[in-house]
Amino acid sequence: MDYQPLLLTLKLALITTVCLLVVGIPLAALLAKSNSRFKPVAEAVISLPLVLPPSVMGFYLLLAFSPNYSLGHWLESAFNLRLVFSFTGLVISSMLYSLPFMVHPVQAGLQALPSSLREASQTLGKSSTQTFFKVLLPNIKPALLTGTVLTFAHTLGEFGLVLMIGGNIPGVTRVASIAIYDEVESLNFSAAHRYAAVLLVTSFVILLSVYTFNRRLFHKRIAA
Amino acid sequence: MIKINIRKKLHVGGGEVTVMVDTELQPQSFTALYGPSGAGKTTLLKILAGLLQPEQGIIEVNGETWLNTDRKINLPTHKRSIGFVFQDYALFSNMTVLENLRYALPNRKDEHLLQSLLLSVSMEGFENRKPDTLSGGQKQRIALIRALVRKPQLLLLDEPLSALDHEMRVSLQYELQRLHKDYQLTTIMVSHHLPEIYRLVDWVLQINEGQLTNSGAPVDLFGLHHNTNTITLVGEVVTLHEDIADVLIENNIISIKTSELIKAGDKVTVSCHATNLTLKKLS
Repeated sequence: MDYQPLLLTLKLALITTVCLLVVGIPLAALLAKSNSRFKPVAEAVISLPLVLPPSVMGFYLLLAFSPNYSLGHWLESAFNLRLVFSFTGLVISSMLYSLPFMVHPVQAGLQALPSSLREASQTLGKSSTQTFFKVLLPNIKPALLTGTVLTFAHTLGEFGLVLMIGGNIPGVTRVASIAIYDEVESLNFSAAHRYAAVLLVTSFVILLSVYTFNRRLFHKRIAA
Repeated sequence: MIKINIRKKLHVGGGEVTVMVDTELQPQSFTALYGPSGAGKTTLLKILAGLLQPEQGIIEVNGETWLNTDRKINLPTHKRSIGFVFQDYALFSNMTVLENLRYALPNRKDEHLLQSLLLSVSMEGFENRKPDTLSGGQKQRIALIRALVRKPQLLLLDEPLSALDHEMRVSLQYELQRLHKDYQLTTIMVSHHLPEIYRLVDWVLQINEGQLTNSGAPVDLFGLHHNTNTITLVGEVVTLHEDIADVLIENNIISIKTSELIKAGDKVTVSCHATNLTLKKLS
C-alpha cells in the first residue's frame, strides 16, 4: 500500500488546523465581541462552506487562484506563488473550507462566558490581551477542543474542493480521498478499501474521543 | 475626595432611562447605592470602574482624573485603582484560590500579602482548592480579598451578599466592615437590604429611575431617629379598600386608615407613637 496519500492527508489536516487556530480564534473573539451591523454579513460568509457544494467553492477559488485572473496573477508576479495545483493552495482553500468548524464553537464558547469574568480580570489590572489568554481561553477548553478536532476531521474528509484546486498530483495534492476516487476509477477496489477504512476508523476515533472528553469535563463541572 | 458627575442613557425593559448622578464622596467613607432594580445602580458602579462609558461625565478620585469627556480623558479599567466584587463572584475556575489571588498581584515579591489576606477572612488552607469546590460564602470571601490585592483606592461592591443565606450574610457583613477599616478603603456598595445598610454604611445615595433623589446618613434618610418614641416603618401598599390600606412591612401586613392619595404598589412610611416598648431576645 502506498502511504503517501495518507501522510499527505495528515500533513494537510495538521497544517490547516494549526493555521486555523491562529486565524480562527481571533476572528471568533472579534465576532463574539462585535455589535457591528456588518456582523451578520461576516457570519454568513464564514458559514457559507457549511451549505455550499465544495465544487462551487472550488470552482470560484480555482478562478481566483488562476494566473489568468487578477488575484492569481498578482500573487504569481509579486510573490512567485502559484496556488492552483499546489500544496499551499490546498492549505489556503482548506482553511476557508473548514473556517466555520473552528469559528463557530469558539465564538459560541466565548459568548457563553459570563461577562463578569472579563470585567473582573480588567478590574484586577489586566489588559484585554492578558484577559483573553489567561482567563477567557482557558475557560473555553471544551469549545477549543471541539473546534480543533472538527477542523482536523473535516479537512481529512475534504474531496470536491481538493479535486478542483489541487487535482491529483502524487505527493503534492493527491490526498487519501482523491486516491480512493482514483483507485475506484481504475477498478482497484482493494486499494480503495484500505484508504477508505483508514479514513473511516480515524474519523470515528477522533469524534469518539472528543465526545468522551467533553462528557467527562461536563460531568466534572456538575459534580463540582 | 471622590467627585462624580455623569450622564448616561440606558435602555431597560423597553424604556429609556437617563442615569444622571452628580455627587461627592469623602475618602474612607462607606457608601450604599440604594434604589429599586433597574434604577441604574449597577450602571453607576460600572461607569466608576470604566466598564461602561457615559455620554458625558467627570470622575475624579483623590485628585486624579479618571474620566473627563470634555477633555477626552478616559482611564481604561485596568489602569484605575479599583477593586470590584461581582454578584456572581466572577472567580476564574481555571485557577486555584491562590492563583486567583496571585493573578491580581502586580508584583510577585508581595506574595506574603496573599497569605495575610487569606488569614483575614479565615480562608488559610484553601490555597489549592478550585473555586468550583467552595461554598457561596467562601467564594465571596475569596472574591472580596482578590479585589483587595491591589490595595485599591475605591472598592466597588455589586450586591455582594445577596446570594447568601442570612447567617453567612451577617458574618460577611462584619468581615466587610473590618476590611473596610483595616485597609482604609473608600467603599461603594449596591444594596437593597436595609439592615445591611444600617450596619455597614455611613452614607446612602438613593437612586430612582437614574436620578439621584436623596443622599444622607442612613438614619436621616430612612427617618429612623435615636431617642424618639415615634417609630417610622417603610412598607409597600398591597391593597386599598376605600380608606383602608393594607401595607406590607417586612413580612407583616398592617391595615391602616388613611386619607392619603395612594395606590397599590406605592412605597409608604408608617409612623406610630409607641409607649411601653419591650425587648425580647429571639431564641
